[in-house]
Amino acid sequence: MLENNSVGIVVAQCAHFDTPLTLKSGAVLPAFDLTYETYGTLNHDKSNAVLICHALSGTHHVAGKYSENDKYPGWWDNLVGPNKPLDTNKFFVIGVNNLGGCHGSTGSASVNPVTGKPWGSTFPIVTVEDWVNSQARLLDFLGIPTLAAVIGGSLGGMQALQWTLAFPNRVRHALVIASAPNLTAQNMAFNEVARQAIITDPEFHDGDYYAHNTVPRRGLRIARMLGHITYLSDDAMGAKFGRKLKSNIQYSFDAEFEMESYLRYQGDKFAGEFDANTYLRMTRALDYYDPALPFNGDLTSALKQAKAQFLVVSFTSDWRFSPARSREIVKALLDNELTVSYAEVTAAHGHDAFLMPDAHYHNILRTYLSNIEIGGNDAK
Amino acid sequence: MMQNNVNNTNYVSEFRQDFAIIANWVKFGSKVLDLGCGDGELLQYLRNSLEVKGYGVEKDDANWLACMQNGSNVIQMDLEDGLSGFEDQSFDTVILSQTLQAMHHTEEIVQEMLRVGREVIVTFPNFGYWRNRLQILTGNMPVSKTLPYQWFDTPNVHLCTIHDFDQFCKNHNITVLERRVITDAQAVEFMPNLLGNLAMYRLKASS
Repeated sequence: MLENNSVGIVVAQCAHFDTPLTLKSGAVLPAFDLTYETYGTLNHDKSNAVLICHALSGTHHVAGKYSENDKYPGWWDNLVGPNKPLDTNKFFVIGVNNLGGCHGSTGSASVNPVTGKPWGSTFPIVTVEDWVNSQARLLDFLGIPTLAAVIGGSLGGMQALQWTLAFPNRVRHALVIASAPNLTAQNMAFNEVARQAIITDPEFHDGDYYAHNTVPRRGLRIARMLGHITYLSDDAMGAKFGRKLKSNIQYSFDAEFEMESYLRYQGDKFAGEFDANTYLRMTRALDYYDPALPFNGDLTSALKQAKAQFLVVSFTSDWRFSPARSREIVKALLDNELTVSYAEVTAAHGHDAFLMPDAHYHNILRTYLSNIEIGGNDAK
Repeated sequence: MMQNNVNNTNYVSEFRQDFAIIANWVKFGSKVLDLGCGDGELLQYLRNSLEVKGYGVEKDDANWLACMQNGSNVIQMDLEDGLSGFEDQSFDTVILSQTLQAMHHTEEIVQEMLRVGREVIVTFPNFGYWRNRLQILTGNMPVSKTLPYQWFDTPNVHLCTIHDFDQFCKNHNITVLERRVITDAQAVEFMPNLLGNLAMYRLKASS
């Protein structure tokens, strides 16, 4: 069943790009596909487009369902729809699967037309900068000169920030949520453990497991379990599972605690639907993003070229992308006298809070987005 | 016996009597930071009347949202933690309007304001106002339009008189550029510490 304010049944689309894309690493992708979805209607002067950038495991499928029988809607369905905080009556919303992804856009599992085989290990390492450049190609394809807003959480927030640096004249507002100007050593360390779990899985075959008709399921599963621990707060895990047992203590290594069942379930589910090479590349993109690096670590100088107006949001219990990291972004924006508001949302869910429909959080986004002026025939 | 003439439950933030004076002290088109900006009423007033580039700082969720609703830029943080998110001398004017008395770290916030702002505006209810004194003489904590709380629910922890604040500025080497004292929107020149309800200071760090 579809709820009343759902975008309804949606269809994914694919855009093909033949102009080579030079990546930050220097590698060149001769051609690539981007899979995307759109919700709402682009207005006459094309001033109401909002791009949603996804995080580590996200996809282009942001809202709605593919059929009435679909069990789950898109990953940010609570935000996007008619009369929802990101109102599709007002905005034309675009979700895109990032380059290197495994949900339709060109990635390791795609066939390299030159060899006729999956790219596998030969698919280049892509960066946040590369993603934003490829997303700009998608805007060109859709005939959209300027975004009313770009919005993203976590790794998606890094892309939103990067949009304002790479294309300052093509984005009017950036909503940077539960994000950071770069990863801390501890944060990168989690990524390294996740990658090691995948790479040391005997089924990994140096990234060319497709040829062996297998997938490094165990490694990917452990990587996801680790991720899930860091996306929740201690309190949230305590509230959700505590020390609850499924039955009595068995003196075994089975999943006896409910928390263990949850992690195993999440790990299994993820390992069955996500590509390990994509996971490696997404975590690497997180590690590498550091716009202040060419400026000797000075974020204020790095953000000098930004022109957009900003909303920065963090969550009090988020220890993987802590409020302190968001405040660094805010300070650099203030130093550059940019228009910025910052909300530090009291939330118990840790990093995952950015995906939750908390009333105050959604009021913040609703208010900010409703203040955005759009021209054409779709004025609010 | 209760001596309050003011029914504080009916207290609403009508047009605040200090806004016009603050607007006189803020330059057209300047960059302004309003600490404890509440629902952003002052920022909106300064934006509309002087086209300032304004930012508010507010801790409370509901106030933060009200600020955003009226179109103000607002940074959510606790003033008690200082202003480390703001560079030295990065604002033309930093305002602390009727909030000083509710601060725990009073000295720190004033020093921080002087660090961040080229000029600082501080306004506070004058505890030395005769009506406050009268209520104390008759045996009650003062409750009035500018002090609209009962002793048990007041956020005010550091109330002071005009004399106290003058002394504070002297002791902390703060230059008082201008001082205005008002009662019911009327300037008070004679015996301000007794007859003045609201004290307003324009300050800067002594060089």
